[in-house]
Order: sequence, then structure tokens, then C-alpha cells
Amino acid sequence: MRRYSAFAVAREATRYHQGWERAWASPEPKRSYDAIIVGAGGHGLATAFYLGKNFGITNVAVIEKGWLGGGNTGRNTTIIRSNYLQDPSAALYEKSRSLFETMSQDLNYNVMFSPRGVIMLAQTEHEVRGYKRTAQANALQGVTTEFISPARVKEIVPIINIDGPRYPVLGGLWQARGGTARHDAVAWGYARACSDMGMDIIQQCAVTGVTREDGAVTGVETTRGHIATKKLGIVVAGHSGVLAEMAGFRLPIESVALQALVSEPIKPCMDCVVMANTVHGYMSQSDKGEMVIGGGADGYNNYTQRGSFHHIEETVRALVETFPMISRLKQLRQWGGIVDMTGDRSPILSKTPVEGIFINCGWGTGGFKATPGSGWAFAELMAKGHSPLTDAFGLERFREGRFIDESVAAGVAH
Amino acid sequence: MLILECPCCGVMADETELAPGGEAHLRRHGPGSSDEDFEGYLFLRPNARGVHFERWRHAHGCGKWFLAARDTATMEVFATYSAQTAEPPQHVIDAIRAKRPDWSLVP
Ligand SMILES: Cc1cc2nc3c(=O)[nH]c(=O)nc-3n(C[C@H](O)[C@H](O)[C@H](O)COP(=O)(O)OP(=O)(O)OC[C@H]3O[C@@H](n4cnc5c(N)ncnc54)[C@H](O)[C@@H]3O)c2cc1C
Ligand SMILES: [Zn+2]
Repeated sequence: MRRYSAFAVAREATRYHQGWERAWASPEPKRSYDAIIVGAGGHGLATAFYLGKNFGITNVAVIEKGWLGGGNTGRNTTIIRSNYLQDPSAALYEKSRSLFETMSQDLNYNVMFSPRGVIMLAQTEHEVRGYKRTAQANALQGVTTEFISPARVKEIVPIINIDGPRYPVLGGLWQARGGTARHDAVAWGYARACSDMGMDIIQQCAVTGVTREDGAVTGVETTRGHIATKKLGIVVAGHSGVLAEMAGFRLPIESVALQALVSEPIKPCMDCVVMANTVHGYMSQSDKGEMVIGGGADGYNNYTQRGSFHHIEETVRALVETFPMISRLKQLRQWGGIVDMTGDRSPILSKTPVEGIFINCGWGTGGFKATPGSGWAFAELMAKGHSPLTDAFGLERFREGRFIDESVAAGVAH
Repeated sequence: MLILECPCCGVMADETELAPGGEAHLRRHGPGSSDEDFEGYLFLRPNARGVHFERWRHAHGCGKWFLAARDTATMEVFATYSAQTAEPPQHVIDAIRAKRPDWSLVP
């Protein structure tokens, strides 16, 4: 692999940019692999990357029915934070956030990680208490967050209206090292690194069945034939239920549509991420100047990647109250993704009833931030059979009543 | 926008009038049941991509619960019907079969 660098840019500038190689190969599938990952979203690609990097397993295929990064990875609003409440979550999300800090260097690919800071607004007394508690929990977990006053909120975000008519700002939970990253670049960077290790990324190839023998996996049926493996990682977000059905088990997951939108681009006006969970909306500004806005998920099962328009209306209405200056902005685009919701709003990284099949799902509305950490931990689970970061996130927690309740931390879809 | 006909009052209600209530026809397992059954009742869902039976409440209308058969991949509504039934009635199954000949009701 040719490394990207300032010199490479200069070199190519002198020869009409004709020397850039393809970032990843598009090979024909082999008949069998040591491990197969279904789903070339960020989590699937990160898993493959760490299988190779941390465990030397490189005879790996990542199989994707569409194009890589075309699922939720390319549809999210890229918020990165680790201010969760429960210890297992804090460990996993903080590992992930810390991996983002050096991801561009590790992958030799600019993922535009921007630790610009994330504020979660407290707009009710209940939220004030909740976030103070989270700040205390984070202090014990070694995650740097702070509960800040309304005046400090106004200082960080001058365009905010802290005396809103319905929900004045009473404070905020501030994580200064949270932020955003370029979502596509995360998928592309991992894909390039995986391809460089000799892994096969097979796009336009849907998995249509899972073959098993004596309770153990033997491979997958795909639109390009049968591919054998003894280790299968299912990392398909909203389609987890569909894959689970192919493999003969059920999951505690329901799939719903979550939407986001961007405004027309405007001059820089807000240099951090603001989340308003009570009114259900959040906003940041992209490097292109668009206001990136997200809100609530639909309440009913859905696989259409569209979403209901009234959610957009509700979100925008709430944000206009909090940020009056956006009231005249035009919406540029809107889109939806299918998110995989669990009952406790925490992910599942687990073995399954089928020997050799592992599942990584349930990230719901908030898994982009977890992409590197999830890959790191899930690769360990697949390679060694367990990982300290995933142990609490097993499927059995639902039967045993050991929930990792993050419904407060994940109060808004992010 | 999703529009469902409320079988209780006959109104064509759009989704802002309705409250979704999750999967329909769950078999309840309470105290005394096995852990597996209880887990299945509380958490495990087929989460079908395709024909899906679900509960709705006409929250900003007559206030009553009803059930719907809908395709989660196309948003097509096959039928809405009374909530006073433990399984999809024949006319609902027929309405689905008319459009999805290969579909079958898995128990
Ligand atoms: C609108 C929106 C906003 C969001 N905002 C945020 C945010 O601000 N911060 C945050 O942390 N998270 C956010 N999320 C959540 C985040 O996007 C996801 O949790 C995360 O991207 C999931 O990554 P993934 O790799 O698991 O899934 P995906 O990127 O969805 O990848 C799964 C892949 O599997 C493929 N696949 C499915 N079925 C098959 C099959 N049968 N065969 C082969 N391949 C298959 C799909 O095509 C897809 O490419 C948001 C999500 C949405 C929809
Ligand atoms: Zn009614």
C-alpha cells in the first residue's frame, strides 16, 4: 500500500494525479476463509481490522450486500462521546473514543476526528439530577466530563437561547474531548487497511443463508455462491433479525427508522455538538457549514430507510426554540437508517446458540462513536472466545435480568 | 405518512393520531414459567422484514387498541382488525396471501 502523505500529494500534483492506487481491492470470493464478517459497515470493517492487527488472523472476508459504509455508518450524524452511566458502557465507549484520537495516524487515513466538545443540555430538574449523577459516575470511571452552569453553556454556544419559553437551559453535561469524525472516512480507512492486510472485501454480495452442521456453523450462502468458514461474525445493525433468522435463533431486537437532516451551508456559528434530550433534538455544524440535525426514531418496526416526516417537524420545532437563529434556514437533505434497538439501549456483543457464530448488534441510535472500540472488543471475542470489554454485553443478560440500562444516556437518538 | 383505518371507529387515522404498541399476538408467560419462555415473551422478537403483526392504539381518536398486518419493508398495510383475538383471523391471512402468495404464518 502506498502511504498517503504531503509528499504523495506533491508528487501526484506534478503528474496529473494519475498515480493514486485504488484504496481497496475488489476480489472474487474464495471458497473458504478462516473467518467471515457479514456487513461492511464501520463495525464489521473495524472487527476485521483488529482480527488482523491484534490477532494475526488475516484470511478473512467481509461480505457486504450493498456498498461498504452504505448502511448506518454512512447515515449517522457522527457524534462521538463516552459519557454513559454504567461501568461496562463507559469502559467500551471510552476505549472507543480514545481509539478515535489516533485513528487517522493508525490507519494513515484522515478520518477528520474533531474533538470539539459535546454538551448535553439539562432542561428539566430531573435532567439536572441525572447529569450530575452521570458526571460523578464518569469521574469514578476515569471519563472526563463536567456539569456546567447555564452561563458557561452560553459562553461555549453563543447562539443558544438559554431562557427558552418551555425549557430554559438549567445546565449541561460537558465532555470536552467528545466531538465528531467523518463517518465515510472511518469505513474507507478501515477498508483500505484490511485490504492491505490481504483480506477480501466483497461488495454487492448478500448473505442469503447460514449453513450449519451439528449445531456449528459451516459457512454462508450468498448471491455469489457458498463460502465456507468455521467462524462467522454477524455485524449487520438493522438487519440483525434477518440474519439471526437465517441462523435459526431470535434476538431481543426491533428495527426502526431513525432520520437526520442537514440545512443549507452557512458560515461557522457553532463549534461544538449540542444535544437537547428533553425536547429531542441535537445539532452540530459540518465542515461544509451545514447544520447537521437529528432527532427521534419512529416508534414502529420498519426497514424502509425513510422515516416519518412528522419526526423531522418535531425535531426542528424543538431546535428552533433552543436556537432561534436557525428558524430561516432551509433543509437541504433528509435521510433515514434502520437502527437495531435493544430493551436496555445497550449493544449485544456475544456468542450465539450456534457454535462459531458471534453477533455484534443492538447499537441502535448511537453506535458510530463505538466503531473502533466495538471492532477491538469483538475481534478479541471472536479470536479468543471472550473479551473483558464484551463480557457484560452477552445475549444471556436478558434472560438473567442483568441489563445495562442506558436509556437515560441514550435518551435521544444520537 | 402511515395511515391505518381504525377498526373500532372507522376513521382513517394517520400515524400522528396513533400510538404504536409493538408486536401483536405475543403469548404471555408469567410467574412460574421457565426462564426461556419468560425471556421469549419479554424480549425475543422475530423482527420480521416483511409481514408483521402489530398493536396500535387510536390514541388521539377513539382511544381503543386494534391490530394491524403490515409489511415492514414496503409499508403496505394488508388489514387492520380487532384486538380481541389471540391470532390473526382468516380474512387477514387471506388478505396477506392475496398479495404475498409465498408467505406463511409461522407459529
Ligand atoms: C440517522 C442516524 C443518526 C445517527 N447518529 C449517530 C451519532 O450521532 N452518533 C453515533 O454514535 N451513532 C449514531 N447513529 C448510529 C450509528 O450509525 C450506528 O450504530 C452504526 O453506524 C452501526 O454501524 P454498523 O457497522 O454496525 O452498521 P451498518 O453501517 O448499518 O453496517 C451494516 C452493513 O450490513 C450490511 N448487510 C445487511 N444485511 C446483509 C446481508 N444479508 N448480507 C450482507 N450484508 C448485509 C448492510 O448493507 C450494511 O452495510 C445514527 C444512526 C442513524 C440512522
Ligand atoms: Zn378509532
